[in-house]
Amino acid sequence: MRSDRDAVLASAGTLDEDFDEHAVLHAIAHYLPAQAPLKDFIHHNTLHAFQHLPFHGALMKASRIFGYKVYLTVNEYRRLFRDGRIRPEALDREIVARHGISNLAAWKHKLLEKSYDNAIVPRIGSLRAHWKRDRRIDLDALTHTLLFRVLNSYLDQGIAIWKFPVWDKGFLASVRELQRHAWSGLLRGERAQRLLLDEGTDIETLLELLVGDRTLYADYLFDQQFAHSGWSGLVAVIEGAPGSLLDRRRISLREIILFELLLEVDALDRQFPKGWQPLAEGMKHRPKPLFDRVTETEVDQVRALWQEAYEWTWYDELLAGIDMAERRQPTGECTQAIFCIDDRECSLRRHLEHLDPGFDTYGTAGFFGVEFHYKPEHGKFFTKVAPAPVQPKYLVKEVDSSGKMERDVHFTRHAHGLVGGWLISQSLGFWSALKLFVGIFWPSSTPGTSDSFKHMDAQASLTVEHCGLFEDGLQVGFSVQEMAQRVEATLRSIGLVKDFAAVIYVVGHGASSVNNPHYAAYDCGACSGRPGSVNARVFCQMANHPGVRSLLRERGIGIPDSTRFLGALHDTTRDEIAYYDEGTLDEAQRAAHARSRRTFIEALERNAKERSRRFPSIDSTLRGETVHDRVRRRSVSLFEPRPEYNHATNAAAIVGRRALTRSVFLDRRAFLNSYDPLLDADGNLLLGILNAVAPVCGGINLEYYFSRVDNQKLGAGTKLPHNVMGLIGVANGIEGDLRPGLPAQMIEVHDPLRLLVVVEQEPHLVLRTIQRVAATREWFVNEWVQLVTVHPVDGSMHRYTKGAFVPFVPFTRDLPLTKDVLPDIERVEGNAHIAIIQA
Amino acid sequence: MMRLLLPLFVLVPMAGFLISLLLKRRAEMALSRVAYLTAAAQAALISGFIVAWAMGGFGAINVKEVVLFRSKDYEFFIDLYFDRVTAVYLFMGAVLTFLITVYSRYYLHREQGYKRFFNTILFFLTGYSLTVLAGNFETLFIGWELLGLSSFLLIGFYRDRYLPVKNSVKVFSIYRVGDVGLILAMWMSHHLWHENITFHKLHNYVLVHDQLGQHTLVGAFISLAVLLAAAAKSAQLPFSSWLPRAMEGPTPSSAIFYGSLSVHIGAFLLMRTFPFWEHQFSVRVLIALLGLATGLLAAGTARVQSSVKAQIAYSSISQIGLIFIEIALGLELLALVHFMGNAFLRTYQLLVSPSVVTYLIREQFYHFTPREHSFEDTLPKRLEYTLYVLCLREWDLDTFMYRRLWNPLKRLGRALDALNINRSISILLPVFIAGLIALWQVDRLAAGLRHALPVAMGLIGLVLVLRAFTERRHVRRALAMVIMGHFWIALAISFNEHFDLSHTLIYLSGVVACGVLAIIAINRLRRTERNVDLGRFHGHVFEHPRIALAFLIACLGIAGFPITPTFLGEDLIFSHIHPDQFILAALVALSFVLNGLALIRIYARVFLGPHVKTYHEVAYRSA
Repeated sequence: MRSDRDAVLASAGTLDEDFDEHAVLHAIAHYLPAQAPLKDFIHHNTLHAFQHLPFHGALMKASRIFGYKVYLTVNEYRRLFRDGRIRPEALDREIVARHGISNLAAWKHKLLEKSYDNAIVPRIGSLRAHWKRDRRIDLDALTHTLLFRVLNSYLDQGIAIWKFPVWDKGFLASVRELQRHAWSGLLRGERAQRLLLDEGTDIETLLELLVGDRTLYADYLFDQQFAHSGWSGLVAVIEGAPGSLLDRRRISLREIILFELLLEVDALDRQFPKGWQPLAEGMKHRPKPLFDRVTETEVDQVRALWQEAYEWTWYDELLAGIDMAERRQPTGECTQAIFCIDDRECSLRRHLEHLDPGFDTYGTAGFFGVEFHYKPEHGKFFTKVAPAPVQPKYLVKEVDSSGKMERDVHFTRHAHGLVGGWLISQSLGFWSALKLFVGIFWPSSTPGTSDSFKHMDAQASLTVEHCGLFEDGLQVGFSVQEMAQRVEATLRSIGLVKDFAAVIYVVGHGASSVNNPHYAAYDCGACSGRPGSVNARVFCQMANHPGVRSLLRERGIGIPDSTRFLGALHDTTRDEIAYYDEGTLDEAQRAAHARSRRTFIEALERNAKERSRRFPSIDSTLRGETVHDRVRRRSVSLFEPRPEYNHATNAAAIVGRRALTRSVFLDRRAFLNSYDPLLDADGNLLLGILNAVAPVCGGINLEYYFSRVDNQKLGAGTKLPHNVMGLIGVANGIEGDLRPGLPAQMIEVHDPLRLLVVVEQEPHLVLRTIQRVAATREWFVNEWVQLVTVHPVDGSMHRYTKGAFVPFVPFTRDLPLTKDVLPDIERVEGNAHIAIIQA
Repeated sequence: MMRLLLPLFVLVPMAGFLISLLLKRRAEMALSRVAYLTAAAQAALISGFIVAWAMGGFGAINVKEVVLFRSKDYEFFIDLYFDRVTAVYLFMGAVLTFLITVYSRYYLHREQGYKRFFNTILFFLTGYSLTVLAGNFETLFIGWELLGLSSFLLIGFYRDRYLPVKNSVKVFSIYRVGDVGLILAMWMSHHLWHENITFHKLHNYVLVHDQLGQHTLVGAFISLAVLLAAAAKSAQLPFSSWLPRAMEGPTPSSAIFYGSLSVHIGAFLLMRTFPFWEHQFSVRVLIALLGLATGLLAAGTARVQSSVKAQIAYSSISQIGLIFIEIALGLELLALVHFMGNAFLRTYQLLVSPSVVTYLIREQFYHFTPREHSFEDTLPKRLEYTLYVLCLREWDLDTFMYRRLWNPLKRLGRALDALNINRSISILLPVFIAGLIALWQVDRLAAGLRHALPVAMGLIGLVLVLRAFTERRHVRRALAMVIMGHFWIALAISFNEHFDLSHTLIYLSGVVACGVLAIIAINRLRRTERNVDLGRFHGHVFEHPRIALAFLIACLGIAGFPITPTFLGEDLIFSHIHPDQFILAALVALSFVLNGLALIRIYARVFLGPHVKTYHEVAYRSA
């Protein structure tokens, strides 16, 4: 996509060039939301189409063209300023950096006092609006309902009982077949029917009919598709990745555009039986071309400044924390645990280290460097458990599972028939009453619950080692060589190459919730929205493999035989943990494990207590056990739209040794990736880490950012009225467009800050590293994430700005000190301040 | 003792509603507590009451509560009635409301409009309880109106988005059609019985049989009017498509209203009036056929739905179709059991509907077979495809009302565009005065003229309302035309009887008072907003919630909602239309329907929908 992007933009943006259907469709697909069907929810930069531009310029452009709100409002920033959440020091620093010291007062006045018109008047839609203005016809109202309904029925994955009767020929061919053989088809008018059945009809023919001016074609199609960007975006995604539907369908953006144009012709024919002229005919006032230049205004600059000041207020606090904190190492008997980089593990790690100073924790992307497809026993499909861009060649199968799927008759189709419904409503209806009553007063897990521990049967075994088998073009299991490679890469990248403990935990994570169509967004992003249990277990089986151990020894990583890797899964909603293959531990390891288990139990309880301060239904000051019970109950409560807050409040990604942050209270706001700068003279390890951190953490961060600043257009709005469409998306009511993005309940506590990537390494090495891969470079150079380095030896800091590193000294000097942060923050509402944790 | 307790079932929810109005917007805990405690108290009271009543032998209880108005041949009174049907409906109402309010306590946390939601739920419970307790048509109609309004408010709960607002107006318009059924039934039955008959009396077989024996056609007319009201409220043909479109509010409110309580009210009305049409064989056949047709069509439509809420809605409609059949067959007990089961089932299904993704994706993952056959595959291809497309299009029911009723009316109204307010005043005022003079000298008029004049005046009233209904620009002009419409109708009716000023005053008092309030509200709005017309939605409630509320109340008053004497006056007016004046009755009924619609349209266009000011987050129109 990247290579031809410029061509795409050029063709979409110019008027005088001839209409090139292929290029325009490509451009439309590029700008549409790129969210996959619900089961594969993966976070990404919502404005990915603008990523080739610098952040603020891109936001301005996106806002002008597509009408997105891309910042908080000026008044919101001013309120944050009054509340001390934007500090004057940060504000002054950003103003001076951009406009010079001499203009400080003038700009400060603009930021603090001057009133601005914040209205957003987008270009998108203004051409097609002429139908309504000039001809008094509301084409959207006449076409959308049927269009959405046909699309949903065609793509439906299992809600409808009577499915789209023709499905295997591709979308348009199916519609055509339906039209040809039905007495009353989808199109009504004679002309529209004829055009549909004529296979020679193409987009240009129809545009000539409808628009009549070639220079307007591209903008017309943009207007049309962005009037329902949810559905169009999903179609574009499915076109590019047909495997994202288990029950596959062939469909393309071109087909739905053609169909929609036909619906428009049909609607116009019906409305104006005496005939009608194309849109361009008699159009007095031509709207500005969609991709015409946009010019920056003062309020754009004001908002950008406020945003920077907002960000650097918190960044400054964080960096001051890192600067001031003691670089503390684990003491006493050592236990090691590797977690996912995920911001939700940040607090669990802190609690473990607090309870047991010997705990030594590491963070890395939660697939632990082992990428494969997973096929559970009895599964008809396999599912990818690796980061989104990775295409694994391996398959790991679950065998000897005893698990069975639980059934719930409430979801069956019989309840919807006439006679079945009659019987069921008179019998089961009263059973529902009971279930409703129990569900409201004593919530418990039901077959409709998404339970992280059910991803894999802990008693079943996995086909980790390759024995010559292949399935569906995938290699079943890994060879010993391939295993060793992966284990070595992961251990080196986190800097765990010596001093191994007796038991090393490898902890994946997942989430549990009910009544939550976005459940996949709560699981591990590095495992493509699945719990990380299989990956953790596979990694451990690899690392425990005698063949792998000896290969590793040859390569200089000597893991003693007394060391055992133990896989586990942390459920971030329930704060529970499950361990895998505990039976393989020897006596000494079992003793160590028994001790650590107790630490884990206590840490999880503390973690639940810490999280509970965000949940108004729970009084955080209650006993830990009580709080933990209530936290667990949320995960199975039908009426709880916020089982957990997922990645909300994330704002930083710290790549470095744990000592850097071990005595800093980060309030669960940072992704933590372990990295030992001293083992990485050439930056190769860092490159590998940043290649993942930028798109994964940056993607999560920006999706939260944009869903927060414009929850209506870039987020999914409140989830309370959502209706599940075809198991692939959600919409409001039954007639609405699909709503990609995050629902309001996920982002309401989020502060829209860009991700600050803190790298513990020398700036010149970092500068060289981020240049090496174009895709990664773009994230930093265009400032979609911000970057600061901490020198591994002297601790000095450098801020990356305009392509270079400049020295940075935090102004914050007054951070709270604490021995145990938990009692301090129980009563704090909103985000807590960074604090220094004393030993 | 029991008789004294009966009003409590209306007063308890009403008290809860009033208390909830007084609480602060942000006081989530207090608001939800008031709501679920009210529902719990109601449920407990009813359970106790039912036990006591059952021990007393299940006898029907009828209590004439208050007489609101009395003249020598007319009495308007509130009457409460309790029998097995009431018992079941009251019980279900209280229990489900209790469960849903407890559910919504956390579910709605931090939602904009938390207070509005619980206010509306309690308001609904009040209206619902009054409806199912009603002992005569008049009382029932009051409850009926409260139900309609609470539905409008809950469907349009997300009032800053286009679709909820559009659909709430759509559903309101269909309810309004149902209201006409009820108004006409009241009108005719008033003439049939020469009193506001209680449902209790309908159980008097001899009385009913005698009357109907003499007036077969009148009986059929009333039954059909009742059926119209019931069909509209219970989403039977041809109104079915409103139910899935009502699923715009938060899921629990959709569950309780459109899954269970509200949508079964039509069935309640049929059960309530059963003794009246029990012996009209053709009516029973018609009801059964309607139920059957709806059952089949809705079941087919449910089969092709690919969104979970639409599927549940159509399944529910098809079951209500069956309930209609059961009622027509006289199987009241079965119908009641069916109602309870269906209500619980659909409520629960809707509440767990978001889980369908987890459940069915997992099922698909483990049990997928490439293509499952459904029985339709055995049909001839042409038939199969045609039926599929028809079900997919919902048998075009959604556009049916537009094509057959509203659009022709709108075209008619547009044709009257020439009728602007200045001109209409300059022409109509003298005519109105002439009318008054004619009225004064009514005895001197020729008999033919005396019969023609009311129709002509009613027609003018209707034309004005029609014009208001299609006005695209001027808000105050539209308001003025609605109000003038009322005056013309009052004048028309006055020709009918000896001129009784008090009745007319009762009728017009609310209209005038509320009309003034409405104009004041609009003037206040225009002081700050230049952009106020009727060509699009403006969403001014975002900045002016208080003005919006005042204006809504004013509109309701003008529309004859039971908050002003106008409501009573409407009933009075109808009592003055003679049973042979079908045309006049039709004109007046139609203008009542349209004026309600015109007013709700004005309210929606000015105050609801996506905000015209885009400095904050505004949803897409299609969202």
